[in-house]
Amino acid sequence: MSLELRNVVKRVGGETHIYDTSVSLHDQGFNVLLGTTLAGKTTLMQLMAGLEKPTSGEIWFNGQNVTGVSVQRRNVSVVHQQFINYPSLSVFENIASPLRVAGMKRVEIDNRVHRTAELLRLTPMLKRNPAELSGGQQQRTALARALVKDSDLILLDEPLANLDFKLREELRDELPRLFADRHCTVVYATSEPLEALLLGGHTAAMHEGRITQYGPTAAVYRHPIDETTARVFSDPPINIASLIKSGRQVKLSESVKWDVPAALNDLPDGLYQVGVRPHLITTKPNGRNTVPLTGTVQITELSGSESVIHFAHTDMKWVSQSQGIHALQVGATETFYVNIDGCLYFGADGRLIETPAADAVPQAATA
Amino acid sequence: MRLRWLVPTLYILFLMLPIYWLVSMSFKTTNEILGGLTLWPKNFTLDNYITILTQPVWYNGYINSIIYVCMNTAISVTAALPAAYAFSRFRFLGDKHLFFWLLTNRMAPPAVFALPFFQLYSAINLFDTHIAVALAHTLFNIPLAVWILEGFMSGVPKQLDETAYVDGYGFWRFFVKIFLPTIRSGVGVAAFFCFMFSWVELLLAKTLTAVAAKPIAATMTRTASSSGFELGLLAAAGALTIIPGAVVIYFVRNYIAKGFSLGRV
Repeated sequence: MSLELRNVVKRVGGETHIYDTSVSLHDQGFNVLLGTTLAGKTTLMQLMAGLEKPTSGEIWFNGQNVTGVSVQRRNVSVVHQQFINYPSLSVFENIASPLRVAGMKRVEIDNRVHRTAELLRLTPMLKRNPAELSGGQQQRTALARALVKDSDLILLDEPLANLDFKLREELRDELPRLFADRHCTVVYATSEPLEALLLGGHTAAMHEGRITQYGPTAAVYRHPIDETTARVFSDPPINIASLIKSGRQVKLSESVKWDVPAALNDLPDGLYQVGVRPHLITTKPNGRNTVPLTGTVQITELSGSESVIHFAHTDMKWVSQSQGIHALQVGATETFYVNIDGCLYFGADGRLIETPAADAVPQAATA
Repeated sequence: MRLRWLVPTLYILFLMLPIYWLVSMSFKTTNEILGGLTLWPKNFTLDNYITILTQPVWYNGYINSIIYVCMNTAISVTAALPAAYAFSRFRFLGDKHLFFWLLTNRMAPPAVFALPFFQLYSAINLFDTHIAVALAHTLFNIPLAVWILEGFMSGVPKQLDETAYVDGYGFWRFFVKIFLPTIRSGVGVAAFFCFMFSWVELLLAKTLTAVAAKPIAATMTRTASSSGFELGLLAAAGALTIIPGAVVIYFVRNYIAKGFSLGRV
């Protein structure tokens, strides 16, 4: 069950929605498409499903070219961000619909629908209409319809985005279990980096119609190949600043300097970019090598367990993320500490130079 | 503030007055109507209604009207459904202009088309048939139905179509089994407006018919017959003409409320 895109391009009118994309998806675990709105996630999924035809390029599935095959004959399932169910049919009929179309026997349909409904805890709602269900239950119904047939490819397009916080967490925890013993390729689109980390598997970072990097999720997170990928895969947004290397030191600003990191050791003096994830900038020193960074507090966002503080150092805006509550005064000058061991260094072309040795997935990711 | 019931009461009073007058007239004899002002029937009579329901020249008018109105509603909605679907789902060259052009058809007064239609239908031997009137009315009803249905269809997310295709539905199976039930209130509202327009339209219906397909509105609006003025009879016919509209409104009242909330009616 492998899905492969070969030089797929999608143009609509004069606009290019997907630039030349080649990727071979893994058939185990989740394939997460990570990107902001308008990155092209939905378009790419439509191409994978066969709802849209690529302008050029080919789509291969299980060693067969399926580029021109209609969606009806591809055996795929799709769950959309909006809760899409057939309003005129009961929940039971909604789930049964792909089986009915396939002409399955009544007894078998009954069995399968009940089994799937049980799995998604929809059994008490089978007789109701989708409109009478809560948002979470509506999305469960859509998921049940996607799961009830043995699809080769299941596409989940931000399925949790329209759910409220509690339901989202609940359903997100269930998702890996639902797909655990299935032999199918699962593609999951999301705009939230944390969701990609939680689901694991593989991640394709997307930006403006391009897949910038595809690989195991943790690897993409730790070693983003370029600035763009690092930006896509960071929430709160990663801090990226210019850095001047001269001699044995790198200089962020007149007051902030540190020893040349191993990555830049053998490279000539000049301008580089440094990427610092917010959780590496804290109000108290955290890690072996830290550098103080003084700035004016602009916004503090307090969640129960952590504080996200936006501050300005020289002309640049920085974001820091610290454990615990730090109710700093807006306008106050505070000192933050940058864990320089975790920094990412990019060349002038935006490519990653060296990956940090000890970087950890932020605590918040598992909260 | 104790008089705040006054305005709505007056409003309803004025609104109901013509209808009351019509119904009251229908129970009077023609002599009483011509005799002078009476607020309610002095000599209550059902003769007018009995005449209408027993004489073919009268009740055939109703049958003719209902036949061409139903034909027209069926044709208009059937033709408008695919058109509205196209407008709501596809972008094509000039789609917005075409949509607007459809609406402009409703801006022309029917009188404009009376002469060309009369000539055209006579030439192809459709004069004085039910289908002639039904077809003539589609000129106004199809654009209206397309416009109403497009509003309802655009309220249905395109992902519903895609989900159905993914489930394996072909287009027609999806359209009939999933899509039509989803927008059934829209179909109800569109059918209602086609029915009402065709039911009340007089000029084209009168122009295109003579005897065989003569609508009730034509029968009703002749002021004198061989037996002189028959005002009581005409009033009774008028009262009966209101009934089908009232019945149809009763059945689609919930759909129309929905249509209002979707902003297309």
